[in-house]
Amino acid sequence: MPPATGGGLAESELRPRRGRCGPAARAAGRDVATEAAARSPKRPARGSQRFEAAGRWALLALVTLLSFATRFHRLAEPRHICWDETHFGKMGSYYINRTFFFDVHPPLGKMLIGLAGYLSGYDGTFLFQKPGDKYEHHSYMGMRGFCAFLGSWLVPFAYLTVLDLSKSLWAALLTAALLTFDTGCLTLSQYILLDPILMFFIMAAMLSMVKYNSCANRPFSAPWWFWLSLTGVSLAGALGVKFVGLFIILQVGLNTIADLWHLFGDLSLSLVTVGKHLTARVLCLIVLPLALYTATFAVHFMVLSKSGPGDGFFSSAFQARLSGNNLHNASIPEHLAYGSVITVKNLRMAIGYLHSHRHLYPEGIGARQQQVTTYLHKDYNNLWIIKKHNTNSDPLDPSFPVEFVRHGDIIRLEHKETSRNLHSHYHEAPLTRKHYQVTGYGINGTGDSNDFWRIEVVNRKFGNRIKVLRSRIRLIHLVTGCVLGSSGKVLPKWGWEQLEVTCTPYLKETLNSIWNVEDHINPKLPNISLNVLQPSFPEILLESHMVMIRGNSGLKPKDNEFTSKPWHWPINYQGLRFSGINDTDFRVYLLGNPVVWWLNLLSIALYLLSGSIIAIAIQRGAQLPAEVAGLSQVLLRGGGQVLLGWTLHYFPFFLMGRVLYFHHYFPAMLFSSMLTGILWDTLLRLCAWGLASWPLARGIHVVGILSLLLGTAYSFYLFHPLAYGMVGPLAQDPQSPMAGLRWLDSWDF
Amino acid sequence: MWGFLKRPIVVTADINLSLVALTGMGLLSRLWRLTYPPAVVFDEVYYGQYISFYMKRIFFLDDSGPPFGHMVLALGGYLGGFDGHFLWNRIGAEYSSNVPVWSLRLLPALAGALSVPMAYQIVLELQFSHCAAMGAALLMLIENALITQSRLMLLESVLIFFNLLAVLSYLKFFNCQKHSIKYMGMFTYVLMLAVAAVHAWHLIGDQTLSNVCVFCHLLARAVALLVIPVVLYLLFFYVHLILLFRSGPHDQIMSSAFQASLEGGLARITQGQPLEVAFGSQVTLRNVFGKPVPCWLHSHQDTYPMIYENGRGSSHQQQVTCYPFKDVNNWWIVKDPGRHQLVVSSPPRRVRHGDMVQLVHGMTTRSLNTHDVAAPLSPHSQEVSCYIDYNISMPAQNLWRLEIVNRGSDTDVWKTILSEVRFVHVNTSAVLKLSGAHLPDWGYRQLEIVGEKLSRGYHESMVWNVEEHRYGASQEQRERERELHSPAQVDVSRNLSFMARFLELQWKMLVLRSDDSEHKYSSSPLEWVTLDTNIAYWLHPRTSAQIHLLGNIVIWISGSLALAIYALLSLWYLLRRRRNVHDLPQDAWLRWVLAGALCAGGWAVNYLPFFLMEKTLFLYHYLPALTFQILLLPVVLQHISDHLCRSQLQRSVFSALVVAWYSSACHVSHTLRPLTYGDKSLSPHELKALRWKDSWDILIRKH
Repeated sequence: MPPATGGGLAESELRPRRGRCGPAARAAGRDVATEAAARSPKRPARGSQRFEAAGRWALLALVTLLSFATRFHRLAEPRHICWDETHFGKMGSYYINRTFFFDVHPPLGKMLIGLAGYLSGYDGTFLFQKPGDKYEHHSYMGMRGFCAFLGSWLVPFAYLTVLDLSKSLWAALLTAALLTFDTGCLTLSQYILLDPILMFFIMAAMLSMVKYNSCANRPFSAPWWFWLSLTGVSLAGALGVKFVGLFIILQVGLNTIADLWHLFGDLSLSLVTVGKHLTARVLCLIVLPLALYTATFAVHFMVLSKSGPGDGFFSSAFQARLSGNNLHNASIPEHLAYGSVITVKNLRMAIGYLHSHRHLYPEGIGARQQQVTTYLHKDYNNLWIIKKHNTNSDPLDPSFPVEFVRHGDIIRLEHKETSRNLHSHYHEAPLTRKHYQVTGYGINGTGDSNDFWRIEVVNRKFGNRIKVLRSRIRLIHLVTGCVLGSSGKVLPKWGWEQLEVTCTPYLKETLNSIWNVEDHINPKLPNISLNVLQPSFPEILLESHMVMIRGNSGLKPKDNEFTSKPWHWPINYQGLRFSGINDTDFRVYLLGNPVVWWLNLLSIALYLLSGSIIAIAIQRGAQLPAEVAGLSQVLLRGGGQVLLGWTLHYFPFFLMGRVLYFHHYFPAMLFSSMLTGILWDTLLRLCAWGLASWPLARGIHVVGILSLLLGTAYSFYLFHPLAYGMVGPLAQDPQSPMAGLRWLDSWDF
Repeated sequence: MWGFLKRPIVVTADINLSLVALTGMGLLSRLWRLTYPPAVVFDEVYYGQYISFYMKRIFFLDDSGPPFGHMVLALGGYLGGFDGHFLWNRIGAEYSSNVPVWSLRLLPALAGALSVPMAYQIVLELQFSHCAAMGAALLMLIENALITQSRLMLLESVLIFFNLLAVLSYLKFFNCQKHSIKYMGMFTYVLMLAVAAVHAWHLIGDQTLSNVCVFCHLLARAVALLVIPVVLYLLFFYVHLILLFRSGPHDQIMSSAFQASLEGGLARITQGQPLEVAFGSQVTLRNVFGKPVPCWLHSHQDTYPMIYENGRGSSHQQQVTCYPFKDVNNWWIVKDPGRHQLVVSSPPRRVRHGDMVQLVHGMTTRSLNTHDVAAPLSPHSQEVSCYIDYNISMPAQNLWRLEIVNRGSDTDVWKTILSEVRFVHVNTSAVLKLSGAHLPDWGYRQLEIVGEKLSRGYHESMVWNVEEHRYGASQEQRERERELHSPAQVDVSRNLSFMARFLELQWKMLVLRSDDSEHKYSSSPLEWVTLDTNIAYWLHPRTSAQIHLLGNIVIWISGSLALAIYALLSLWYLLRRRRNVHDLPQDAWLRWVLAGALCAGGWAVNYLPFFLMEKTLFLYHYLPALTFQILLLPVVLQHISDHLCRSQLQRSVFSALVVAWYSSACHVSHTLRPLTYGDKSLSPHELKALRWKDSWDILIRKH
């Protein structure tokens, strides 16, 4: 125990805390403070006050130190890639190598990892192929150290937040202990992952929000501005790492609305002042974060200027930005004309180019005509010639004038290699039975009226020319009225496992049926540089968000696989294997410290119970004694705020369709631990108050908290091998260091 | 006792003629030529099947909602004497004479008709004027989409009826009895709970009441709002399960235990099986997860191909698959590893949790085996085979440990149908699992079975239960084969309790995902507010008479406008009140808030959840939300007239505008009438003229 607080100080001296703009900030604070002052009639001497302040700082330093010590202990172990380091380490390398990639999360987290690697002398040459690969001579400690550094700050942040909300050192201390000694938080902070960065920003936002709330009595002062803008910065950080950052934004938003509503109802403030308040918040909590968030993307696009593995996820126009991509610095004619040779790309991610080849559809699958598919790679079979529907003359004949294709024209698409026309008819498509089959038909361009398609540009007026790369076009079959699209389904072997192309009778506008022209060859037209067509920054920003959102919703769980469900998480049902399987491996297993987690779970239930009892009592107008009233306020306001955080970071996962993992719960777990700290401190104080007649009543509180602290520390001693690594037999074996600790069958370590 | 003789008997009746008139008009609009068209219209094809199932007492499962709605429809069929014999296979098929179309469509139509006077009552109960109440009812009356939807065997009108009934009952402070037709009914229920909770909270704060009194109030509310709906909900399922006791096409989705409780089907086979599995038992093993299709553990003579198409090698041993049909090759014998015999000794030695077993395939007498060879389609898992000794230093590894997942204690006996078990391989601790992949042609497109090495927790695809079971008696292979072909004997009957059946049914209804099939008329919630979409319900086989689900666009647009005005005005008032400026007298303000909470709130809870749903959505899903908008419309209009019009002149002008607006709504309703009732064949030209929005799909015959 820290010497500054151990035993020597009376309880009432511990509680009131004077932050820089602390004491009279909130009603709760005021109540507690005045009540405490009333209870200790002799004002403590100045010397003792200074001593107390020094003690508080020492305590904070101790908590911080302990957190850093636990996080940095054995950070270098294991010396191989663990779990998702293979992704995020790799993405860090991409930044160092400046190659473009695609990920479902916004770029800030990976950019910081890359930066940390760069500064610590990592050269980006390690491949990060799969978990278990040895780092050898590559410098990885910079990146791990950076993540551990940010992860270490979670504990002091939580400590300060709880201190501000409850004005009780004991509550803060309990929270800090829960987080320091949680093996889950510890493990998650020790590797090259996005989670420590994300949690750092979430907690920073929470802390600065609480701080600026307690500055509310001194609006527009320097600390007020400082904490308000720091909240905004942290929000931008949280959202810039993962979209989960939206939950903390929601929390800050709700808090701000409540705050403004309160100010607005204060008739002593003029409307101008309220307007100033509103503007300040709009500036710091909306404009500033948005600007920062956009800036991270600007940096992201600037740094990643080389073509890389992420190209294919983006549109043709986007790819033209990347050096090394075949569209980079290319020059092609801008407007589509008859006689042009083109490739047509589907706008949906990972579908590819309209393709045909000499092979026919097999017997029994529609008409036995030439196959039409989509193909992901560049190939000469992707080339089509655009022709007028009613003449077969060669439009490239120099004697004809150039005629541009316009929105609404009836055209024919002739496959360049085989001279067959793109064709559709009333036969069912090979895989999607409700759609029509698309084939290549005709000889040397002579077919029938089923080869006619109307070309339309989405959202344009009739008669406009069609731009290469930029125009989003649809091809509508004239006879059946269906739309050319790709279902995205993989054809069997006869179709070379390319994707199915169909003509869909449902005229709904989906990306599957929208195409754009990518390559364009027409000797009669002047080439222009593609740089002219390059999308503007807002367009790139929008596109990358669309791709990220689609990528996220594309992460669907498979039916027959075991998947983690949100209800597993708070009960610590199952962990994640970070490294190693067999008894000879170095094993790390991400699992919350069960003592901490089950205490948290119990605390939530207890909180709901005690909170509703108190709320009903107040609503019934019960006259509470001053001390109880003060504690109830702490419980309802401080606890309520934290409970809201837990709710917002946990329940939305029940609505998500994507694959979920255990580590998604950790931000919620932080809030849950803060709630535990506040709850037990308040409950034990209430107990002590209730038993005041008993001589040892005061002791109940101290002993209660101390036993919780020691219990947590002891459980950490038991479970620490989960985080710091275990070698040797598995837990079933009585020889194992973890023997007897596998309390649930579902834990596998 | 003779008092009634001394005084005259007086009956005083208080008849609100407008209410009677509204009911009459409602009935007329909904019931007029109800049997037309005499053909299957749109979703009747879907609900009709269920009516037939009720009539034939065949069990079915529909994930769209609890069975009350289906029961209401079936009641119509029952009253009309429908025998259930009609093939509901195609929209537009003519009804045969045994289908009592009128009585089948009667109940939804009545519900639709009664919604009209109910709207009147609700607005009155909200303490708005008679005029506003009439307005709401008249709007309900002429809303084309509501008329169309009420006149067919569909559930929405019944749902709307009970939604309104719930609101009205709560307003009248009767016991609020909330029935669930579809799960959409939940939304209104949640709203009512929220409103009741706010009222209760105020009640708690009312310090003039004693504690006991408050407690009684709360208890009464809890009973009315929580207990009664739950009891009713259970009751519906109880009746549902009582009525449907025969097995049918949806059996396969349910567990073996559930199927065995239905008449016919599996019960016919499992009746009389011995309950406890013993060494020597002959069993079929069904996978509990049953996806993509329910299937049984199976093996046959064929072996895995030596080399797969992708170049990987196999053990070339006998294939083990999961087969979705009953087959003699699905029989396995539970063998004691320590003994040779394949018959049940007397007395039978029962198999318990944790026992070591071998599973011997009945027809080939090879035993189930797994080893460190990659499975054909899931290379991360182990191949499962029936062991053939090729003498190539690949020993048999055919010991499995039995784990009963749903055991009560660690000494539980393995029971037929009831026990859910896992087979854990002793040498490799792999778990027998259905991977869900279909094998290629060499495996006859049956499902792949693998040994899952890294069993990351419990998953139903690793759990099996015994379905068919008998004690093996023949030691000789030839005799045993004959035995396997013959049906089982001995009689022990088993029944599942109602709660167990209810819970299973409920669970399956919640998790059942019908395939996300795209539909020509499906739409997204955003299109509903502005009526950008319609649904063609029916087209006359020869003429161009047709029925569409198409709303009265004037009402839809003005409903949305009213909602926006309500939201803006409320925000304005709230802000002003916060600054202590009270524009409205207190009672008008409370009325305004309550009306908004119910109507705007009703709209929100019936509309917004659709944005989170992943299933195929149709325009008719919006109708419940629309009715709440219609209730809000006159409320907003009256408020404008009462509080925003400053002078008598303004008020008169406003009234004139309202009358003009209502006439235009009537006009639109009349214009769209042929598409609502489908009784008049329009010329292509007239049809084109009705296509006011490009996105409306009106069918025009080409000649």
